[in-house]
Amino acid sequence: MNTKPELLTTAASLGELRKLMEAGADAFIIGESKYGARLPGEFGLGEMAEAVEAAHGFARPVRIYAAVNNLLDNAAADSLPEYLGSLAQIGVDAIVFGDPSVLVTAREAAPGVALHWNAEMTSTSYAQADYWGRRGASRIVLARELNMEQIIEIKQRTSLEVQVQVHGMTNIYHSKRSLVDSYMGHLGKEASELDSRLGQGLYLMEEERRDERYPIYQDAHGTYMMSSDDVCMIENLHELMEAGIDSLRVEGLMKTAAYNETVIRAYRAAIDAYAADPQNYEFKEEWLDAIRELQDPSRELSYGFFFKEQVY
Amino acid sequence: MSMTTNKPLLKGKRHRLDKPELLAPAGNLEKLKFAVHYGADAVYIGGQKYGLRSGADNFSFEEMREGVEFAARYGAKVFVATNIYAHNEDIEGLEDYLRGLEEAGIAAIIAADPAIVETAQRVAPGLEVHLSTQQSVLNWRTVKFWKDEGLPRVVLARETSLEEIAEMKAHVDIEIEAFIHGAMCSSFSGRCVLSNHFTDRDSNRGGCCQSCRWKYDLYVDGDSVNSEQDSQFTMGSKDLCMISHLPELIEVGVDSFKIEGRMKSLHYVATVVNAYRQAIDAYFADPDRYELKPEWVDEINKSANRPLNTGFFFDTPGTEDHIYEPEQKAAPYDFAGVVLSYDEATGEAVIQQRNHFKPGTEVEFFGPGGTFFKQSVEEIRDLEGQLLDAARHPLQHVRIRTAQPVHPMDMMRKRIR
Repeated sequence: MNTKPELLTTAASLGELRKLMEAGADAFIIGESKYGARLPGEFGLGEMAEAVEAAHGFARPVRIYAAVNNLLDNAAADSLPEYLGSLAQIGVDAIVFGDPSVLVTAREAAPGVALHWNAEMTSTSYAQADYWGRRGASRIVLARELNMEQIIEIKQRTSLEVQVQVHGMTNIYHSKRSLVDSYMGHLGKEASELDSRLGQGLYLMEEERRDERYPIYQDAHGTYMMSSDDVCMIENLHELMEAGIDSLRVEGLMKTAAYNETVIRAYRAAIDAYAADPQNYEFKEEWLDAIRELQDPSRELSYGFFFKEQVY
Repeated sequence: MSMTTNKPLLKGKRHRLDKPELLAPAGNLEKLKFAVHYGADAVYIGGQKYGLRSGADNFSFEEMREGVEFAARYGAKVFVATNIYAHNEDIEGLEDYLRGLEEAGIAAIIAADPAIVETAQRVAPGLEVHLSTQQSVLNWRTVKFWKDEGLPRVVLARETSLEEIAEMKAHVDIEIEAFIHGAMCSSFSGRCVLSNHFTDRDSNRGGCCQSCRWKYDLYVDGDSVNSEQDSQFTMGSKDLCMISHLPELIEVGVDSFKIEGRMKSLHYVATVVNAYRQAIDAYFADPDRYELKPEWVDEINKSANRPLNTGFFFDTPGTEDHIYEPEQKAAPYDFAGVVLSYDEATGEAVIQQRNHFKPGTEVEFFGPGGTFFKQSVEEIRDLEGQLLDAARHPLQHVRIRTAQPVHPMDMMRKRIR
């Protein structure tokens, strides 16, 4: 009854993508930052085509999903028909979207290409999954703030594929404002004195949480604050596999290639072991140990919101 | 240039307003009544469920009916914010709730979650569905998507500029609602889960604890960027205020001017609505000779909780648009009382006390339409005529002489520093 879930990840470059295919990734979400949100690296249409070629020519089938999940302004949305058309021509396996303008444009510009609804924080119920399903989406990417029971119920009640993030950092705040630049201005300094792009080591500390470091960075779309912990569900992966979750995402943002490769190998091993014999599956501590060895000590490996009840 | 096209929209269900709608928040029934009395064309409220202000008083169906009835006397409408992103467990009960709103006479819901949008269209067709700002609508193709889904109105993301609104209006025939006043999320609304991470409170279901306004320090590789202790990194935004730019908003075709603040005080709501009401009316009385009156700005400033700015309408906010220091209440005024009645023969008013005042306290009276005067409080008597040394009891009724005639629902404020 169980089919193997897909192991999905990100890649900062074609080189990393090739390495992670070897390590066991089944699918990649890549793209360019004009359209895609919080990507570890830039894949213009040329690199995108190369990635598709590499993936589709690999020993086992590997899929390429194009990240078109930014919130888009008029100007970006106006360039969508051409961009989505190019993605279709290249042969991407899906377009990942978080703004309805992409959905309506794709119907004409990229007919036949699968659509994944990914609005991150706001994809919260089976009813919402079905809503986007009726409008053409084949997959819902769930909010990382849902717990295991909610995730399982969504999977039981929707006909869409369900994707959840199982490893890595998550975005917890997105502003259109350039808040680091604004702050530099307030301090009487030039914004250019501080490199605030992705991966430059900037983080925030909240007054009463001095042991938590929240990475922060800016790009053309504003300012992002990221979680201080890394989700790590490898010990509990069988619960998600048993529930039939279709895609398990490892987030590689702000991690070294070596770290990402280790993480993919670990999850690959767990998925394969479970698929081979679900009844007698056992989690192996060595999978987690390999990740722990490369884990930034300032970042806790956590269960995210999987086992939490939130109030409101 | 004034938008006086009376072309019917939407199956003849409504006609485009000559004037943009002034839409005010109402955290409870009393605030609803004052918002309407001071000139709101519509108010939005929260019900017991599905709203994003779990900390507000919120309305029962019974209170909604009373609010709708009161508003109708002024020709005003009542909207209900059902703007959470629903989780599985919230879906149960949604249909009954929406039918209840329809039965209570609510004109529209403001919804973000497409599951709520679609359920309302199916089970409560008498309710208009307005798309919430929580959906972060930023481009005209997305506006068109929601129009094609049958929605008569979208509330834009606060990140939209005037120029982008003009493009939307040019491409799509739909009502555009925009925030023109009040507090702002510094994130894209809905795209922030700081509360979830810091306190396990679900921000997209009403649990936001305003973590963006807490104290942060910015570090690079272990070192603070800032050497001075008292200047913090901030995500806290100044509040939006467009009182000085109404002609631009009107002429670009914004259909509904929205004031933020279901958690704000009665005094705040009445003061802000009053100022915008006068400005909008003045513009439409004579668009060519419209001028901003300093007293509208003064009034707005008396209600301000934070420093003000113009959001994203003209440019992306920068250094001057954020609050770096510990917040101080910006306005040196407090709400002191509400006029219940006035006796022309004696020149005395009965005041319901809302804050301490005593003989000698400098107060201002104001009412709808810009009536305004200052005076010093003279003798204070209770309703039996006994002299009081002060009005010190919350909600007590007292009599004072007023320098000019006043009317029920006029307000009295006092200077506090």
